[in-house]
Amino acid sequence: MSVPFYVPPEQMIKDKADYARKNIAKGRDLIACSTVEGIVIVTENQFRTLYKISEIYDRIAFGGVGKYNEFENLRVLGVRQADLKGYQFAREDVNARALANAYGQTLGQVFTHEMKPYEVEILLAEVGATPAEDRLYRITYDGVVMDEQGCTVLGGRAEAIAEALGTRYQPDMHAEDAIRLCVELLAGPDATLGPDQLEVAMLDRARPRRAFRRIEGEQLAAILAASSATSA
Amino acid sequence: MFDSSPPSYGPWRGPGSSFVDLLRQVAPQDLPGAGLDTPAAAAIELAHGTTVLAIRYEAGVVMAGDRRATMGYTIANRRVEKVFPADELSGVAIAGAAGPAVELVKLFQVQLEHYEKIEGETLSLEGKANQLGQLVRANLPAAMQGFVVVPLFAGYDERRGRGRVFSYDVSGGKYEESDFQTNGSGGVHARNWIKAQWQDGMDRDAVVDLALRALFAAADEDVATGGPDLIRSIYPTVAAISAGGFEEIAEPDIEARAQRLIGGREEGEGL
Repeated sequence: MSVPFYVPPEQMIKDKADYARKNIAKGRDLIACSTVEGIVIVTENQFRTLYKISEIYDRIAFGGVGKYNEFENLRVLGVRQADLKGYQFAREDVNARALANAYGQTLGQVFTHEMKPYEVEILLAEVGATPAEDRLYRITYDGVVMDEQGCTVLGGRAEAIAEALGTRYQPDMHAEDAIRLCVELLAGPDATLGPDQLEVAMLDRARPRRAFRRIEGEQLAAILAASSATSA
Repeated sequence: MFDSSPPSYGPWRGPGSSFVDLLRQVAPQDLPGAGLDTPAAAAIELAHGTTVLAIRYEAGVVMAGDRRATMGYTIANRRVEKVFPADELSGVAIAGAAGPAVELVKLFQVQLEHYEKIEGETLSLEGKANQLGQLVRANLPAAMQGFVVVPLFAGYDERRGRGRVFSYDVSGGKYEESDFQTNGSGGVHARNWIKAQWQDGMDRDAVVDLALRALFAAADEDVATGGPDLIRSIYPTVAAISAGGFEEIAEPDIEARAQRLIGGREEGEGL
């Protein structure tokens, strides 16, 4: 009878965490900022129809970085959970906190019990009546849930971007300024990103029920062009 | 933790993009009509909605309904709403057992939005109409005990660039109407009125007026249909659906139209 090798739990957890982190870092980062008009979410995405940002419920949006098939699976679970809750109770009873906890549970469970952890980081954003009531939750591959203030960054370069964002982000920013700031930070100092390399969406505070809308095409190009006009 | 946590569903199994299937798996007791399918339930008396209609016009469809719900010979509610948005480009109007009907509409609304969120695009109008047919069919056991729900469905078909109207039978059978349809106890009277007046290419204003006149005609002949209530200022609900979306016509507008129409030709015994 063969004796399995003993692997200390510390080592096993560390290996899994390193594996997840390494693979998440291969992808592109994602930034979410609370602004006067609502929450803007910006990420780099070369694909036109494989979205990293999407609608979960009336006031709640989802963002994922890392492995597409894994966060897509999590997104669908979120939509199911939210729609069920809204149907069985009331639409206003659906909130991001409960969903963030559900994601934390699921990711934590997979991280501890499965061979391979999910290589994803998840954002859950909920727009409130005022910027102070906005909620931003970041959930990491191991199920840790963080409640972020004002803005948050997901992905391999999250720390570096968050540092730069921290010095320039203002809570009373306007959405278009925030989009330009996010794009600049995602591109880095030596590069620029065009509208077709970006995925931008917004939870629009002013919209009556479903707050989620995508900002793309000419609208996005116009917002980005205004940036070069002011800096020139 | 999610109710349906991975990896219990592969992409090919499970509820997919159907909220109804999800509900059927997770909480079948919350489906419309659940528990009403026993013979004992037939003794329950529920409020009934009465007359609704949908009429095509050049840019889309107009849907309207009177405001009365009856329970036997009693008026159960004077201000009931029977016309609901299904999504941005379609609407449902209900006649029949009010409770199960409202539940069915609520489920239908979630179903369309759920599909849209999961798939990333909206269903075709045909697809929406079929979905509603399946919901009506699922209500058949309750319908057998007398809780009949037969909606009208209408919307703007983006792919064909025009309004379309669908009606249903109790078994979920779906019938596309070429131009208009009515439903409920006063439906026959309303339909005859529309049939005599409707013309292809009518504009929105004309069709809204036609809808109001048809409902008044139905109220004149059918006890269960509510007429314009001048004392309490209760008038039919009317919505127009076009490429611009579902738009409920504001109450002051309806009131002004109703006043004008009542003051007009319908006066006297001729109607």
